[in-house]
Amino acid sequence: MDQQTRRSGWSWWSWWYLLFIVQFIGVLWPPWYNSIEPSWAGIPFFYWYQMLWVIIGAILTAIIYFATEE
Amino acid sequence: MTEINWTALIVFVVLFGFITWLGFAAAHWRKGDLDQLHEWGLGGRRFGTLITWFLVGGDLYTAYTFIAVPALAFGAGAIAFFAVPYTIMIYPILFLAFPRLWYVCHKHSYITAADFVRGRFGNRWLALAVTITGIVATMPYIALQLVGLQVVIGGLGVPSTGYTGDLPLVIAFIILAAFTYSSGLRAPASIAIVKDILIYITAFAAVIVVPIQLGGFGKIFAAVPPAKLLLAVPGPNTTGAYGIYATLALGSALALFLYPHSITGILSASSGGAIRRNAAMLPGYSFMLGLLALVGFFAIAVGVGGLPEYAAGFKQFGNNFAVPALFLHTFPSWFVGVAFAAVGIGALVPAAIMSIAAANLYTRNIHREFINRNPTDREEAQMAKWVSLIVKFGALAFIVFVPQQYAIYLQLLGGILIIQTLPSVMLGVYTRWFNDWALLVGWAAGTALGTSMFIAANMTPNYPLALPAALGGFAFPGYSALYTVALNLIIAIVLTPLFNMMGAARVDATVASDYRP
Repeated sequence: MDQQTRRSGWSWWSWWYLLFIVQFIGVLWPPWYNSIEPSWAGIPFFYWYQMLWVIIGAILTAIIYFATEE
Repeated sequence: MTEINWTALIVFVVLFGFITWLGFAAAHWRKGDLDQLHEWGLGGRRFGTLITWFLVGGDLYTAYTFIAVPALAFGAGAIAFFAVPYTIMIYPILFLAFPRLWYVCHKHSYITAADFVRGRFGNRWLALAVTITGIVATMPYIALQLVGLQVVIGGLGVPSTGYTGDLPLVIAFIILAAFTYSSGLRAPASIAIVKDILIYITAFAAVIVVPIQLGGFGKIFAAVPPAKLLLAVPGPNTTGAYGIYATLALGSALALFLYPHSITGILSASSGGAIRRNAAMLPGYSFMLGLLALVGFFAIAVGVGGLPEYAAGFKQFGNNFAVPALFLHTFPSWFVGVAFAAVGIGALVPAAIMSIAAANLYTRNIHREFINRNPTDREEAQMAKWVSLIVKFGALAFIVFVPQQYAIYLQLLGGILIIQTLPSVMLGVYTRWFNDWALLVGWAAGTALGTSMFIAANMTPNYPLALPAALGGFAFPGYSALYTVALNLIIAIVLTPLFNMMGAARVDATVASDYRP
């Protein structure tokens, strides 16, 4: 592979990567979200909270992707 | 199940016919010389962002997933939802570690994780440990895809008693074996596009139609027994269900991309950038998986468990019949055909990729490493094709002749086994610091302990770990995989400086710049 053809690149470390920790903290501690209220459209908090984090996680990943592309 | 549902069956067969044609036609897609192992086994590494999305999505979200997760929600309730935090946590891991693996494998023409470990650490025994773990973890997983297929075939009303009852399964598998042999990874990649589109349509239809029929989400959740609706609050002196939920999610997330079929899917991408972009796009499937877990609750609310027309199905397939019963109850027959075809095809895609991944491992890391050191390209590809056939028929024989419960046990154990390759593979792409023999000892300890914990916990993946009574007896039951990989890592860290003092110079076929574009 030709070392000269650098397409997109990224470094070993970027402070942006710390944003990923947010996703882990959001879902790894069940006591924080193991409840029915506040419910939304009839769906208990336990369920819509975790589904929301799927979306938030994807958005965070997209942010980190664009922030760390060279 | 007394009568065949002809409308649904015809739709099902038509869709299957289409993907059979597609599987064979795929050999000509982005054409390459299929007598080369990387063309057959990795699709020539030509799959861009979108195809990778379909392939990896179809690979990770299997027929077994779509049947078993709602079945768990139907039977056990909230705990089944661990699949959602699990799939939230896998994407940072995919984003950070796996493009590095892609670049180093591309540079050195590595086809498997064991190839990488061999090059990075220069130790053929460590590589063999990774290889055997990979093959052992994959085999029961292939067998379980057949369970998903069996359930929907049963749902169509096709009689399934005796050996003639296994005939549809055998036919499906022969088709699968034939197009995988001829087209390699291109076959499941092309079929994954169809399958994933069908699955999304089915999931969204279910999530829209059923609540409308039942009068809203409020009514559905009200029908779920309170004990199942949330996680049980732990008693004193234990982390209880909270610990189990969190460790299942985290442990499964760490293990997922170590499976050979995940790595094969990733390595077939055309660039590290495609992998990173997919880390942001694949969560679409997670959302769908969450919806499907809720479908398990829909099945409770509709009361399919109590309806006489589904009694035979539940008797034969247990809670796995919840989703098929719900679809039969809710949708017109033609759409049931579409939905069941989605699940059925959803069995073939991962089964194909898993068998290719296992074949790649055997061919490169057992046959070429220990038996024939200089195969021609043609010989290598040919060997992989044969091994993938053997692996598939082995899985089929297992499902036909052995009670299904054993396949389930083995697959649960497989997760505990595959996570032991985390230090060498996932940490290996970041650093060479570890001593290769220390890694091997860590792997052996994790594997031995994990297996014994699994057996001690009665063939379940969660172990009731606890402090001794003298220290207060605080219990933290959790996923054995997580506990044992932690031990594995600690051993590797402690032994590395020790073995380095005693041992030879470090070998590493890779350099730091290999891990970047």
